[in-house]
Amino acid sequence: MAAHLKKRVYEEFTKVVQQQEEITTKKLRLTKPSKSAALHIDLCKATSPADALQYLLQFARKPVEAESVEGVVRILLEHYYKENDPSVRLKIASLLGLLSKTAGFSPDCIMDDAINILQNEKSHQVLAQLLDTLLAIGTKLSENQAIQMRLVDVACKHLTDTSHGVRNKCLQLLGNLGSLEKSGTKDAEGLAIRDVQKIIGDYFSDQDPRVRTAAIKAMLQLHERGLKLHQTIYNQACKLLSDDYEQVRSAAVQLIWVVSQLYPESIVPIPSSNEEIRLVDDAFGKICHMVSDGSWVVRVQAAKLLGSMEQVSSHFLEQTLDKKLMSDLRRKRTAHERAKELYSSGEFSSGRKWGDDAPKEEVDTGAVNLIQSGACGAFVHGLEDEMYEVRIAAVEALCMLAQSSSSFAEKCLDFLVDMFNDEIEEVRLQSIHTMRKISNNITLREDQLDTILGVLEDSSRDIREALHELLCCANVSTKEGIHLALVELLKNLTKYPTDRDSIWKCLKFLGSRHPTLVLPLVPELLSTHPFFDTAEPDMDDPAYIAVLVLIFNAAKSCPTMPALFSDHTFRHYAYLRDSLSHLVPALRLSGRKLVSSAVSPNITPHEDPSHQFLQQSLERVYSLQHLDPQGTQELLEFTIRDLQRLGELQSELAGVADFSAAYLRCQLLLIKALQEKLWNVAAPLYLKQSDLASAAAKQIMEETYKMEFMYSGVENKQVVIIHHMRLQAKALQLIVTARTTRGVDLLFGMCEKFLQEVDFFQRCFIADLPHLQDSFVDKLLDLMPRLITSKPAEVVKILQTMLRQSTFLHLPLPEQIHKASATIIEPAGESDNPLRFTSGLVVALDVDATLEHVQDPQSTVKVQVLYPDGQAQMIHPKPADFRNPGPGRHRLITQVYLSHTAWTEPCQVEVRLLLAYNSNSRIPKSPWMEGGEISAQAETSIEGTIPFSKPVKVYIMPKPTRR
Amino acid sequence: MPEIRVTPLGAGQDVGRSCILVSIGGKNVMLDCGMHMGYNDDRRFPDFSYITRNGRLTDFLDCVIISHFHLDHCGALPYFSEMVGYDGPIYMTHPTQAICPILLEDYRKIAVDKKGEANFFTSQMIKDCMKKVVAVRLHQTVQVDEELQIKAYYAGHVLGAAMFQIKVGSESVVYTGDYNMTPDRHLGAAWIDKCRPNLLITESTYATTIRDSKRCRERDFLKKVHETVERGGKVLIPVFALGRAQELCILLETFWERMNLKAPIYFSTGLTEKANHYYKLFITWTNQKIRKTFVQRNMFEFKHIKAFDRAFADNPGPMVVFATPGMLHAGQSLQIFRKWAGNEKNMVIMPGYCVQGTVGHKILSGQRKLEMEGRQVLEIRMQVEYMSFSAHADAKGIMQLVGQAEPESVLLVHGEAKKMEFLKQKIEQEFRVSCYMPANGETVTLPTSPSIPVGISLGLLKREMAQGLLPDAKKPRLLHGTLIMKDSNFRLVSSEQALKELGLAEHQLRFTCRVHLHDSRKEQETAARVYSHLKSLLKDHCVQHLPDGSVTVESILIQAAAHSEDPGTKVLLVSWTYQDEELGSYLTSLLKKGLPPAPSGGS
Repeated sequence: MAAHLKKRVYEEFTKVVQQQEEITTKKLRLTKPSKSAALHIDLCKATSPADALQYLLQFARKPVEAESVEGVVRILLEHYYKENDPSVRLKIASLLGLLSKTAGFSPDCIMDDAINILQNEKSHQVLAQLLDTLLAIGTKLSENQAIQMRLVDVACKHLTDTSHGVRNKCLQLLGNLGSLEKSGTKDAEGLAIRDVQKIIGDYFSDQDPRVRTAAIKAMLQLHERGLKLHQTIYNQACKLLSDDYEQVRSAAVQLIWVVSQLYPESIVPIPSSNEEIRLVDDAFGKICHMVSDGSWVVRVQAAKLLGSMEQVSSHFLEQTLDKKLMSDLRRKRTAHERAKELYSSGEFSSGRKWGDDAPKEEVDTGAVNLIQSGACGAFVHGLEDEMYEVRIAAVEALCMLAQSSSSFAEKCLDFLVDMFNDEIEEVRLQSIHTMRKISNNITLREDQLDTILGVLEDSSRDIREALHELLCCANVSTKEGIHLALVELLKNLTKYPTDRDSIWKCLKFLGSRHPTLVLPLVPELLSTHPFFDTAEPDMDDPAYIAVLVLIFNAAKSCPTMPALFSDHTFRHYAYLRDSLSHLVPALRLSGRKLVSSAVSPNITPHEDPSHQFLQQSLERVYSLQHLDPQGTQELLEFTIRDLQRLGELQSELAGVADFSAAYLRCQLLLIKALQEKLWNVAAPLYLKQSDLASAAAKQIMEETYKMEFMYSGVENKQVVIIHHMRLQAKALQLIVTARTTRGVDLLFGMCEKFLQEVDFFQRCFIADLPHLQDSFVDKLLDLMPRLITSKPAEVVKILQTMLRQSTFLHLPLPEQIHKASATIIEPAGESDNPLRFTSGLVVALDVDATLEHVQDPQSTVKVQVLYPDGQAQMIHPKPADFRNPGPGRHRLITQVYLSHTAWTEPCQVEVRLLLAYNSNSRIPKSPWMEGGEISAQAETSIEGTIPFSKPVKVYIMPKPTRR
Repeated sequence: MPEIRVTPLGAGQDVGRSCILVSIGGKNVMLDCGMHMGYNDDRRFPDFSYITRNGRLTDFLDCVIISHFHLDHCGALPYFSEMVGYDGPIYMTHPTQAICPILLEDYRKIAVDKKGEANFFTSQMIKDCMKKVVAVRLHQTVQVDEELQIKAYYAGHVLGAAMFQIKVGSESVVYTGDYNMTPDRHLGAAWIDKCRPNLLITESTYATTIRDSKRCRERDFLKKVHETVERGGKVLIPVFALGRAQELCILLETFWERMNLKAPIYFSTGLTEKANHYYKLFITWTNQKIRKTFVQRNMFEFKHIKAFDRAFADNPGPMVVFATPGMLHAGQSLQIFRKWAGNEKNMVIMPGYCVQGTVGHKILSGQRKLEMEGRQVLEIRMQVEYMSFSAHADAKGIMQLVGQAEPESVLLVHGEAKKMEFLKQKIEQEFRVSCYMPANGETVTLPTSPSIPVGISLGLLKREMAQGLLPDAKKPRLLHGTLIMKDSNFRLVSSEQALKELGLAEHQLRFTCRVHLHDSRKEQETAARVYSHLKSLLKDHCVQHLPDGSVTVESILIQAAAHSEDPGTKVLLVSWTYQDEELGSYLTSLLKKGLPPAPSGGS
């Protein structure tokens, strides 16, 4: 069926072109002058090579359709043979490569020519370019074995070229197209499959570093394509590690890593001794050594790769953090070791004396190994590196290794804590995040906690919040630790009151994770006295709330704790349980009435029934297609109501429910619009009645945009349905306009536009068309040839009948779907004091918002400011203003500049967040447009916006300037 | 035999008074010209009479290179250039050129004004000396003269410190000066490319030390200062004016910025202010962070650090003060120390080593009661902390640098003999290169085998290349040509061109040889037989039978003639040029074996 459909589509497509010539009276939508002819004329006109080059450059700016590629290629080849100037030939060769990438064009016809011209070419640059073209052709025809072999053969022939550029390209070609099968078998055409690996391996010792790099890269490419590299490469690669050129070393490090992942358990001998070790350990040692390479590019590369070597034995792993210290040939302990000892000896925080770090025992001079000691101290070096790129890479690697080994996590803790003090904020932030990720594996010692908490005073909000997140999931060992953390957090709160929410949340988790440690602290924290009643603390004090949050959360799993509360504490509990229910859990207070009986812990939400309900109600709707209109409408209305309620009750199903409800609403609107009795009335009478239908069309459009862009996790099959719905809405719009307007010209334009939309739809979703049987679009495409030739009035008539006949499409539910939402935390919109500023100047307003489930917020989320005079202003936040604290969550912290002319009274402006969308971004891009300035513009353009946050009102007052 | 000779006049198995003489490719270079802190007599300067007893120094030295502005590397410079007399060029980097005279002037003041020394260099001499300085940039190759070139590499350590590569022809020496392989808060790490010098002269101050990560020390330092300030105490940090002081300033400044602290930080004025100015200027010499952020804000334009006034010491409330000198033996730091010592809330942090006998050393070794002048007893209640911040490469760092530069041999200076011994052994063991550690005045001689570059004309190269396959790096190739040595350069050209250039006529050298053959037939027939014989044997050579009866193989001519006496013997005359010697001798040997029997019935 699919094949049949496709064929039909193509037939119609060609018909379109033919009919252009027949009917000249009609304005044609596709008028394509022959590309190849124009190019041919241009090139013939060119008098000098420079001219010809200009023409070619101009030509390259415009895209070429798949059907005219072949002609263009012929013209280009013809000129190639005639051309004497190498630069023009070079351009032609590059154009050939680009053209052969065009979708829908099969480049096998130009391959012979390309190989032919390759053989006669003298210029090295052109040769290299031609090989590049062949590479493009080869990748396009990757299924054809014979062609691949031929190309590989060509590449092998040119490997002996004197120019590095040509050798580079040959190696690239081999890497991309070289056969993956074992050598030795003969092909039908008599070409032996070459052992690509060996050929490439020979060029590891080429005299030109660029060629060496290309050879390693080609080898890596082979690996990526699924060829298993030989273990013998390992030794070759090891030699390349001491190459003079950094690109070679950098690529070699990668290669070694690849081999170590392929043969981790092989045994390799250690040179100059009889011992043998596992290959992965050996490779690990070698890569560790590269962490102190001279070039920072190599260092970054090495540090990054270390993180993914998980099979390394723990012995080697732990060496990376070990740097044998010595002073004056005597063994010395590191500050970390001393701190640990100090702590374990029970003596905490002693003033250190000079000579405290005095070296202890003598070191045997023979045993000290200053270099080449494998993994020794690699991370110590990496974390101390000059370039922050290396440090970040090292921290990341540390994180990955620590996640897979808990003993390593324990060891690397001290180093991570040290990184909290780095001079670059990014590194500090990264190490805090890392620490959070591994915190399941570790328990913080008191002295470590002390250092960590020191960072709470950092002036950077990101750092503080990252640290709060870290404390949320940290394990603390002692009650003093908890106390220390609380004290420091309260200090933080007084210094930066804006951190309130974050700190409360942090204390919530801290409390619930360590109930037994909090218990002995309760009397002190609540300052209760065994005999005397103490003063009741201020309920509005954020610090007091913070303490209560900690205690209540601990009390949840510690039933003995409420006995220690005083009366007012219970009152405060009731209050907080209501006002801050997300922070304060429900407690079972013995002897007292359950303050919140609504939520009882026994009732756990049952997911299945509600999900089932959702499915059932949707199925009900889909199955009842041919019900009488009235019944359908009612059913739809009920179902929409049900779904909405379900979404409110079940937060995990909210996305699906809302999404389906929106779709049903669209359908309902469409049905309603079509059920209008007045459709049959003559056009002039209809005029005033059209409101409902056109409003419905407009609303459907809006809903479909929301469905497409406001939900994350929408897959292609849903997008098709959504677009289909939109197409119907557009058809409806067209019909309504046709009925209400008189002018033919306007209608003519609309008709044409609609047909273009249909065409666009067809092109975008050609693969999904088979799923849309009997739908509106299916029928529409059947009638396409007729529509194009008929008059607008007729088109409208056809559309109308088709709309009525079209069936209701089943919307498949996506796996994971979430509705995008945003909450503006700041400005809170409560202030009565207007923000005063001089008119004509600007005032900066801090905006802080959390975004949930927004894809690519950097380009889509905008801030809108609506002034009382109706003037609206859209602000594009900088990409750096977005932070990503967790999966699916984003945080926007930005400044919005407001300005206006003078007002007499303070007034409120509205601030809200918009989601910008552009449905054209789905058009597949042609290779021509890559990197072009036109496309960059097209991508940033905004088709429309959807408001997705509650507006916040800000009181402002621009004052007139004083003179 | 060409050789490199190195003689340390100072810093040989010793720290201080760095001064090393290097002779390379006939050029004499002096590396550093420092003073010794330990002496106050003649020994404080290097013994320049070693270079020449009575001639002018300028005639014996091609140039002087100063690695950085520390006095043990540049302290003797005015004495050397103005009092002993040297007029040649002195090379140093721009920051060194800027800061060096400040330190020299300070040194002069202390020596002359405070200690009352006579016969010391004057301010004018410092100025005159600095006029002879040529400033160099990093990685800039400077041609001192036609053959000698020098190049500076970044060395960390202090602002403007550089390592120098000295190169004559294909021989080279790298001198490191002092360097640091780990970055700190204001400077980056030393770096050198794989220049493979014949000799690497490296400092070895910490030859036997492997240091802990800097981060712990920094964190400790910050934590202590922060705690004290939070308690409301005062912190005194005695420092020397340049180098570490700036690092600590940056450290505290950024910490204050990060933590939003308000307590004032003071820096005692004087020398430092001028120096800070240069730190602001030479941003390119600092580390990544400062270089990247200076567009927004120059880190050396301190927001929180202000100039200190004597009266501030009595102000209430917390503060941090940097004061000179670093060992608490005199001056402002000692004054402040006396004022603050009685309060246990206060703290003094010693950031460096203290010489025995100074107040700094006493308090560090735990003395709580100090006898001051006038029999006063000062009881110390303030906390005393020691934090070592040093900017020399440790043993691992030195090894790392050696690994990076890949020298043929290493020479250790600027360190203690005992410690050098260990490092020397390690270097020899791990890199398998020879290592030297000469004492002062001891000369190390290093034979070198410099490669001699020979120019070849492209035409000749292409012609010779066309004859064989691609050149293989691993296999030597034979090449015919003429070597012309003219004006101390060497060229390889084709023989025709050589003849043309030298105006010589070409002489041809021909060998002729007679071969007797037993053949009773006519000459022509013999020639025909020779022709067919050779034709069948030499398939890939061009064999021709000419109309005059002679046979040619390539350019070798063979003629047959009847023997004058014996008609049964024919004489074959074979003649070839010198160039075809190989083929010619092969042919004769072939012919000497005789012709194959004629096919029967052939006639």
